[in-house]
Amino acid sequence: MPRRLRRTATDDAMTERPRVALFVTCLADTLYPNVGRATVTVLERAGCEVAFPSAQTCCGQAHINTGYLRDAVPLVRHFVDTFSGYDAVVAPSGSCVGAVRHQYAMVAARSGDRRLERRCRDLAERTFELSEYLVDVAEVTDVGATYPHTVTYHPTCHSLRVLGVGEKPLTLLRHVRGLRLIPLPNADHCCGFGGTFAVKNADTSVAMLTDKMTDVLATGAEVCSASDSSCLMHIGGGLSRLRAGVRTVHLAEILASTQDAAP
Amino acid sequence: MIPRGRTPLPILAPRGVGMLRGDQPFPQAARDALADPQLRRNLGHATSTIRGKRAAVVDEVADWEELREAGRAIKAATMARLDEHLVLLEERVTAAGGTVHWAADATEANTIVTRLVRQTGHQEVVKVKSMATQEIGLNEALAEAGISAYETDLAELIVQLGDDLPSHILVPAIHRNRSEIRDLFRRTIPEAAADLSDDPGALAATARRHLRERFLSAKVAVSGANFAVAETGTLCVVESEGNGRMCLTLPDTLITVMGIEKVVPTWRDLEVFLQLLPRSSTGERMNPYTSLWTGVHPGDGPQAVHLVLLDNGRTSVLADEAGRDALHCIRCSACLNVCPVYERTGGHAYGSVYPGPIGAILSPQLTGVEDNASLPYASTLCGACYDVCPVKIDIPSILVHLRAEHVEAAGRRTPEAVAMAAAAWTMAAPHRWRRAQAVARLGRLLGRRRDRQQNRIRSLPAPLSAWTSARDAPRPPAATFRQWWQRERGGSS
Repeated sequence: MPRRLRRTATDDAMTERPRVALFVTCLADTLYPNVGRATVTVLERAGCEVAFPSAQTCCGQAHINTGYLRDAVPLVRHFVDTFSGYDAVVAPSGSCVGAVRHQYAMVAARSGDRRLERRCRDLAERTFELSEYLVDVAEVTDVGATYPHTVTYHPTCHSLRVLGVGEKPLTLLRHVRGLRLIPLPNADHCCGFGGTFAVKNADTSVAMLTDKMTDVLATGAEVCSASDSSCLMHIGGGLSRLRAGVRTVHLAEILASTQDAAP
Repeated sequence: MIPRGRTPLPILAPRGVGMLRGDQPFPQAARDALADPQLRRNLGHATSTIRGKRAAVVDEVADWEELREAGRAIKAATMARLDEHLVLLEERVTAAGGTVHWAADATEANTIVTRLVRQTGHQEVVKVKSMATQEIGLNEALAEAGISAYETDLAELIVQLGDDLPSHILVPAIHRNRSEIRDLFRRTIPEAAADLSDDPGALAATARRHLRERFLSAKVAVSGANFAVAETGTLCVVESEGNGRMCLTLPDTLITVMGIEKVVPTWRDLEVFLQLLPRSSTGERMNPYTSLWTGVHPGDGPQAVHLVLLDNGRTSVLADEAGRDALHCIRCSACLNVCPVYERTGGHAYGSVYPGPIGAILSPQLTGVEDNASLPYASTLCGACYDVCPVKIDIPSILVHLRAEHVEAAGRRTPEAVAMAAAAWTMAAPHRWRRAQAVARLGRLLGRRRDRQQNRIRSLPAPLSAWTSARDAPRPPAATFRQWWQRERGGSS
């Protein structure tokens, strides 16, 4: 997959800094604004000029994954219209980026809109999950963060298996000063969120969550991190209900924190 | 060119009938399974053991990814000309002295097999483990005709003796542990020792003594087939216990029921699958018994050889461009063993003889999605199944495709469809979305003060009560990200 950042001649003339559009995701925008702020901080520290296209709303992943492909078409079109003018789009979510990269063209094709399909394919090549962008495009592994806590990391299914981010989030965490990373047993097992699955199949979802929480607690870590606010909402919601005393913190928030400014 | 996923072709082929539908939707059926501690322990232990074995023997194959790709490519090419391969197979089987029968659905297949058994004049058949005969409910159909069918695979025997249903493609009694099996054998096998222990060796020996009589006396056998090689008309069964070899060689009459998607064009194609299947299935480099037979050989093996080619919905699956890859399945069950949903609910919750991720796409496609509408949703789309599939079936994408088919069939008036349409309308325009966020902020007022201080919501109204039944929800923050950006960065974009 082409991972190089494409820059136009005019951009280079105006600035040396890559111009990145933040797709904050509807969930982080509404419920986890700190994740968005942290993403801006980290990208800027990595040398990017960050733009926030204010027309953005939602990628439509929940519609697509629940089978509402026709309802998703206006959302796909809106996303493509909003972000097509940028060199790169970065989101603090493996699953939203997964939808853009692996489902958008299919949704457009099924609607019969070939032009939209082409635009989706084009945008897919320039859309990145945060850790991918930092490690592959910006070529940064040490973002200058300090986070004096024990942390375990849940890799999230779509980051791991749809995007194939592999060790990138862990590489970033290993360069954070003061952070002690404790491996999560059965890390690649799904936490049971699954979007509307969490409600449609709530019992099975909770059974999976229970096992994930058991693994998280077995690490003894203070913090469980991931790069998807949705999975963290699920895991964190379970830990909070149990008063487990473990916090869930998005990868971006850890990477943004410094000696003087904890998130 | 027809847009992907649409099925404007008239479905001429019949939908699948037989053991493909459950009595209740998946979420309800799963609830009972989740509450069964014995089942949860048995499944957790068994699936993690097989997962480990598979991972070890797959890791040692340097060109595993190339093998998977070869398997996928062969299946895709074969399906594209399935009609030609099947006609050639019929021609070669017939030339070698066998007889080929075509069954449009389960009912017709059962009628054919019943007639063939009756023609032998015998009342008993021995059986090789076979998903196709499970799918069509052959044992039940034979029983109605007064013919006793005896399963000879150990796990199928356990299921049959317990008047139970299989819950796994490869390990049908995976939901039973040793002591449950010992109790069953003591109760149902007359030759079983009164003090039979739950030692696996003792259990297997008891089953072996019980089955040996059947092998030696049986005149008719019924099998499935893992593969059929069209170029020579050769059928193939792979197995571990040797019961298959006995059934395929000792009786006078051998009747094989095989789904039409099992054909491979050549022996070179077969070679690829004989590498992929055992490593994916049992986690072995090679399965202990691979039996291959071509028609009839005078004085050697069965003298009457029949092949029943079963459609039962497969042609309609083949007509669906976005879903047809489900027919590539070689029934290894690797996807079941890695599936976090299957591991917790077991196979019975799926209702069909095909459980797990492959069942969640295959059963609704065979029956038509309206008959198995809950199955495509029985997955988090975590993708573990796709990663291990030896023929690279993109199960998550087909699940989404089937969800879309269900949504289209259910219409625009269900509460969910209305909510989804409203959400899409809201989120397709930034000003509407900002207003919706302002409404969501009212959630700050929910709940007791103590919970608000800790930024959590402990209960929400239906349908979100399904979330808060076991999980806190986050309290909406005072300001959204975009409000912060507007304030701090002046809304520049």
